[in-house]
Amino acid sequence: MNTVELVIIGGGSAGMAAACGAYEAGVRDILILERDKELGGILLQCIHNGFGLHYYKEELSGPEYAERWEKKIEEYGIAYRLDTMVLDITADKVITYTNTVEGYTKVRAKAIVLAMGCRERTRGAIHIPGFRPAGVWTAGTAQRYLNMEGYLVGRRIFILGSGDIGLIMARRMTLEGAEVLGVAEIMPYSNGLPRNIQQCLRDFEIPLYLSHTVTNVFGKDRVSGIEISQVNQKFEPIAGTEKRFDCDTLLLSVGLIPETQLGQNAGVLLSPKTKGALVNDINETETEGIFSCGNVLHVHDVVDFVSEEGLHTGKNAAAYLQNKLMRAEEANVSAGAGIGYVLPQRVRKTLAEAVTFSFRVTDVKKNAELLVKVDGKVVKSVKKRQMIPAEMERITLKAEELNDLQSELVLEIRED
Amino acid sequence: MEKKFICIVCPMGCELTAETDKQGNLTAVAGNRCKRGESYAEQECKTPMRMLTSTVRIEKALYQRLPVITSASIPKDMIFQVMSEIDRVKIEAPVELRQIIIKNVCGLSADIIASRSMAEVHQ
Ligand SMILES: Cc1cc2nc3c(=O)[nH]c(=O)nc-3n(C[C@H](O)[C@H](O)[C@H](O)COP(=O)(O)OP(=O)(O)OC[C@H]3O[C@@H](n4cnc5c(N)ncnc54)[C@H](O)[C@@H]3O)c2cc1C
Ligand code: SF4
Repeated sequence: MNTVELVIIGGGSAGMAAACGAYEAGVRDILILERDKELGGILLQCIHNGFGLHYYKEELSGPEYAERWEKKIEEYGIAYRLDTMVLDITADKVITYTNTVEGYTKVRAKAIVLAMGCRERTRGAIHIPGFRPAGVWTAGTAQRYLNMEGYLVGRRIFILGSGDIGLIMARRMTLEGAEVLGVAEIMPYSNGLPRNIQQCLRDFEIPLYLSHTVTNVFGKDRVSGIEISQVNQKFEPIAGTEKRFDCDTLLLSVGLIPETQLGQNAGVLLSPKTKGALVNDINETETEGIFSCGNVLHVHDVVDFVSEEGLHTGKNAAAYLQNKLMRAEEANVSAGAGIGYVLPQRVRKTLAEAVTFSFRVTDVKKNAELLVKVDGKVVKSVKKRQMIPAEMERITLKAEELNDLQSELVLEIRED
Repeated sequence: MEKKFICIVCPMGCELTAETDKQGNLTAVAGNRCKRGESYAEQECKTPMRMLTSTVRIEKALYQRLPVITSASIPKDMIFQVMSEIDRVKIEAPVELRQIIIKNVCGLSADIIASRSMAEVHQ
């Protein structure tokens, strides 16, 4: 069996950045395994612009952002295999993959970065009554068909869920001549970025039904219509509020979940909140030498932060391989009042470097204060005009601010 | 007249309230967190401008569609006209990143350019 120093599973933004980070830190024996026809991941189908604002200070389309990273991979001469599906990973880092050139192959790695991205929640996962006719698609699948294969999945569309992918698809399908009848969102607020509400819905006068959900799908072979209802505070449909729409397609944009199947066989423990791995401040999972970054770790809305996380992870995987990693006891990081989740879940004590924490709030917070507590004492507070669950927030703590950390760091929101 | 809209310049998405005079010129704006929101509001009250992304048919490539983008923003009310120009195009790989696909589309002083490169594929 061949041995490779660092194997990266998934060649999207996270995987490419992790490879670059490790390379820049001196690792040369790197292999990226990617199941698709090209490197780039989900970005290849995200043809809209808005990528790279933080990292490049420019607004690029998804494919152009991906191409910049691909170029770097080529320039560094980092090895990758395409059309290659990873089937299994074990705790002692044996990776099984298959492709048409090598067949069924095993390779041993000294370190692994998990960068498999996420998948879309499907209708089954959210229980809509009715038959299962053709014409129900996840928004991302419809996006790939339209933007890469040139195939429009329907003519009269209704969209469930106001996540960004759904909003982007509402505009995209309208431009291609389809009629988008509306978007229903079960929450009382939108789950997408405000700018997408403006430029994808309002620009085309597509109605957004907040606190509404799809309560029925009509049609046996093909969708012929859907029914939506308003929901109460417990998210139960309110009788008498039903509205019917005649449509041939229902798009689901009801959330993403990390693609974590593979890691589980290697003993990687998952967080019930993020559905991704539990990690420390260098994104190392509970299994030594196995790291995780990007959407497989937690779902990101901005690719720039995925790249940053990938670079950080790759650099530290390199330190691990070079025995330069500083090991220390780890303190717990937890989500206090108003915080949905915070990452990393563990942080090494006596750290000599700054740590960036990512978190999401549980619901819309206006004029609130973010508090960072180290062993019960507030070490930092930041006033925020608005925080919404759709936007991942970040806060960086300096090494000095973490000096006294003994057992627990808590992030919490204080509202007036 | 008072107009409310969301600034689309950056992901912050500030909710702007713009005051305009009878000619539609901006007289006051509130809700913006930065200067760029102000010039955005001014433009939005005069002629709303948008970037447009779409795809064109491509042959001899890995996929059937090549993603394209406008080289500059175009008037919002021209979007569908530009879309029908884009629909007419069919090209062949190879294509370079930012290669011009339609020059000066609809006379708007903006080009339709490739938003990625695509190599030629021999079947
Ligand atoms: C539809 C959509 C729209 C978005 N829009 C925006 C936006 O407008 N602006 C913005 O900044 N961000 C946006 N994002 C967020 C950002 O682009 C993504 O979070 C980021 O690109 C994810 O990168 P990743 O590498 O973690 O995952 P991915 O790009 O999904 O990469 C994962 C890769 O792993 C491969 N893989 C998975 N399993 C295996 C396996 N078993 N074997 C081999 N390979 C495997 C996949 O094929 C894929 O290429 C969007 C995200 C999505 C999903
Ligand atoms: S006003 Fe400034 S901060 Fe607010 S959305 Fe516009 S550009 Fe962004």
